[in-house]
Amino acid sequence: MIITSNVSKKFGKLKALDSVSVTCNRGECIALIGPNGSGKTTLAKTILGMVVPDSGFITFNGKNILHNWDYRKDIGYMPQIGRYPENMTIGQILDMMRDIRHTKGSQTDEELIETFGLNTMMQKRMRTLSGGTRQKVSASLAFMFNPSVLILDEPTAGLDPVASGILKKKIVAEKEKGKLIIITSHVLSELDDLVTQIIYMQEGRLKFHKSIQALHADTGETQLTRAIASIMIN
Amino acid sequence: MKKIVKYVIVDILRNKIVIAYTAFLLVMSLSVFNLEDNASKGLLSLLNVILLIVPLVSIVFSTIYMYNSSEFIELLVSQPLRRKTIWLSLFSGLTVALSLSFFIGAGIPILLYQPTGTGIMMLTAGILLSVIFVAIALLASVTTRDKAKGIGKVILLWLYFALLFDGLVLFLLFQFADYPLEKAMVGVSALNPVDLSRILILLQMDVSALMGYTGAIFRNFFGTQSGITIAFLVLVLWFVVPLWLSLRKFRSKDL
Repeated sequence: MIITSNVSKKFGKLKALDSVSVTCNRGECIALIGPNGSGKTTLAKTILGMVVPDSGFITFNGKNILHNWDYRKDIGYMPQIGRYPENMTIGQILDMMRDIRHTKGSQTDEELIETFGLNTMMQKRMRTLSGGTRQKVSASLAFMFNPSVLILDEPTAGLDPVASGILKKKIVAEKEKGKLIIITSHVLSELDDLVTQIIYMQEGRLKFHKSIQALHADTGETQLTRAIASIMIN
Repeated sequence: MKKIVKYVIVDILRNKIVIAYTAFLLVMSLSVFNLEDNASKGLLSLLNVILLIVPLVSIVFSTIYMYNSSEFIELLVSQPLRRKTIWLSLFSGLTVALSLSFFIGAGIPILLYQPTGTGIMMLTAGILLSVIFVAIALLASVTTRDKAKGIGKVILLWLYFALLFDGLVLFLLFQFADYPLEKAMVGVSALNPVDLSRILILLQMDVSALMGYTGAIFRNFFGTQSGITIAFLVLVLWFVVPLWLSLRKFRSKDL
């Protein structure tokens, strides 16, 4: 569904991505992991077209995404740090996104807005929100338009255990529907029971892309955390 | 595109600065027209203020607005929207808001007190200057990541257009006083939209006799239909080119 071929990106002298090639298919739940500054977020942003790669190309459903925009209809993106216009209220942001993205005849998915309790604070301005509440807004927006691909950048960072439980349940439910889910994270244990594939990155390079079973078999560890740790040490 | 323009305009109107700008222009133009017993004299006083204030407010306000909407832009870029749409919407929102406040603040008094060719020329020039300086602000903000640097840059640009350029022209005229530069001055005036607007308005006012031989050359060129058309085309180029350059830059910008 999403194929990146030899994608490279430099920020000044820093090589953020160094010819990364990955293939992501429908129904997979992929964990994009790696140490801080390994290029996880940059990779997610290149898929979204927010960062334009220096070389290489990305296809989405067989179409090159360069200067294309309508493929983003099928993507729900939850950024690592949600940045929103500071003097708009939650309600206004949600209305604006509905206005921009909603297509006639389809139903928006407002489950998260209710379960996170955002409907009781629609009047709050974005600048008054805590980091966790912003994350809740980001998550609600990512799931709202029933996209077939979800790109979640550190989804549970900053959420309290209850909220992160709600989000995890939602991710499982969406996975069940056969959607492609890409999660970047370094809190590994959170993901243990969700993911089917692991992409491991280091210093902008793709170290490996394996299914979780293969990883368990290779390392002899049953827990994801330990399996990754043993790779990082070697 | 209409939807985003709507959000940009609502956001700008919520910002009180544009309303204060409108009120300032309104108070100033009304007082100028009421102080002078002769409305065309009032227009002349208004001219100098407009040629300084309109570019300054347009360029500084738009630049700060662009930097403050970086979050908004980032949010929109990850949505199914063309980057071109996002950029042109921001441009249209800013130009509509600023031209509207110029129209209400200065245009309506001009139309009330001096509904002549000169008045209409001044109104058109003011709106064109607003649009031109919004476009220049967009170009400056997309090419500079740092906010303080970007705002500094546009203030320098304003100084150049409003003050330095005239100084440079005077310097050139004195240095090359022995050469017939009068015709070349017509071309040089195209390098500064503020000067070009000033010349266009002054020629309508029949005070060009005060400008000596150069004034006569200007009269010959800008007094004709084709001269005015060319001058307006140059003013249009002054916003189309910066806008096009900024759009090209924005389309491949990393956010």
